[in-house]
Amino acid sequence: MSVEDKVKKIIAEKLSVDLEEVVPEASFVDDLGADSLDLVELIMSMEEEFDIDISDEDAEKLVTVQNAIDYIKAH
Amino acid sequence: MEKRVVVTGIGLVTPLGIGVEETWSALVAGKSGVGEITRFDATGYNTRIAAEVKGFNPEDFMPKKDAKRTEHFIAYSIAASRMALEDARLTIDAANGPRIGVLTGCGLGGLNMLEITARTVDTAGPKRVSPFFIPMLIGNMAAGMISIQFGAKGPNASVATACAAGAHAIGDAFDLIRYGKADAMITGGVESVVTRTCIAGFGAMKALSTRNDDPRKASRPFDKDRDGFVVGEGSGILILESLEHALERGAHIYAEMAGYGMSGDGYHMTSPPPDGEGAARCMQAAIDDAGIQPTQIDYINAHGTSTPLNDLYETRAIKMMFGDQAHKVPISSTKSMTGHLLGGAGGIETVFTALVIQHGILPPTINLDNPGEECDLDYVPHTARKKEVTYAMTNSFGFGGTNASLILKKFTQ
Repeated sequence: MSVEDKVKKIIAEKLSVDLEEVVPEASFVDDLGADSLDLVELIMSMEEEFDIDISDEDAEKLVTVQNAIDYIKAH
Repeated sequence: MEKRVVVTGIGLVTPLGIGVEETWSALVAGKSGVGEITRFDATGYNTRIAAEVKGFNPEDFMPKKDAKRTEHFIAYSIAASRMALEDARLTIDAANGPRIGVLTGCGLGGLNMLEITARTVDTAGPKRVSPFFIPMLIGNMAAGMISIQFGAKGPNASVATACAAGAHAIGDAFDLIRYGKADAMITGGVESVVTRTCIAGFGAMKALSTRNDDPRKASRPFDKDRDGFVVGEGSGILILESLEHALERGAHIYAEMAGYGMSGDGYHMTSPPPDGEGAARCMQAAIDDAGIQPTQIDYINAHGTSTPLNDLYETRAIKMMFGDQAHKVPISSTKSMTGHLLGGAGGIETVFTALVIQHGILPPTINLDNPGEECDLDYVPHTARKKEVTYAMTNSFGFGGTNASLILKKFTQ
């Protein structure tokens, strides 16, 4: 599975949305219905899956699905 | 002026069934909900039995996302609340929402989540702890999530008086409506703690039955061979509303809330006083609150846990309170079938008490083969009994020496 697909799968699972809704431009909060607790859990899941640390500062910048994919690819 | 308060809706999730009808028919048939523990591997535990809820799917009662972020106890309470609201045909909207509240009782909260999280901290470190840990742990999240699901924005609170929590919640909700602080309340009790620490903890207190080879016979209140209680889980929720609010809506009325008594033993952390005086004062307070005489009580749903101490001391309390009348009033312990739902017990048992009044049928105390010493009252052994009931009382007592008694009455204009 590509990084992109993995990220999308985690997002769909953690936010309880259909995979088709997880399009690159979708915003976690505005389009996928995430609240502050969901966002924390989502970041934690990505840290675990890709074995990385995402600082709080960086996490705040991950607003859309594409942001997350780009971040993971860069780290 | 005090308002009259009535029961207009009920909902149940119990080890005997999902829903009121399934549970009530099993109760009247004298079926046991006790079996082997399936929630975790209980090998090596002294007690390997519990009364678990079977076949429950939270997504039948709430959106998938909410189902994922709620512990069992919260999900059960939402399910029972949905049933109760539908039963009462009570629609909550922006206009009436602020006058409809939620008050639930829960003794222990999300112990399962606590155990998982403690293991996570130990094995993966504090940074791996879920942000949903605290929301899934705290007992009042049941009341919170019920309010969120249904838009009930009136008084919102939770009682944590151990095994009396459900009864205290209902009594307190009754008071809120009586004194005009809400028009209707979604209220009752909930618990779901068939978990390692819970079974080990109550086991360490020697409070649990160890009749592992015969689970259905394990909960045997008032019987000579009773050896402890069986942990049960589930939720019982009632819709209480002021009489005027119910009549205005043309609601079906199951029963009227007639009295609420409370007392403290001031005696010991876990043992009731041997003469049962704390429980007797509690029942007396409920009878005084209802403005009736003890002779008018037609049925008692006992706390009846199946522990050697409770059943003896509750029997003594009933004798102290009722005198000669004690032998005439039928008493049953439905825990013989449901197990002991702890903070949920008062919830389901108040629902049962309303159904006793509605149907004129007393559920039995099963497994009462040979009454224990001094346990010589009429406990409705083995089989259900038909009886017209005007006033019925339900008792709940908790560790810490906390007692609650509720009296329900057949409704007449």
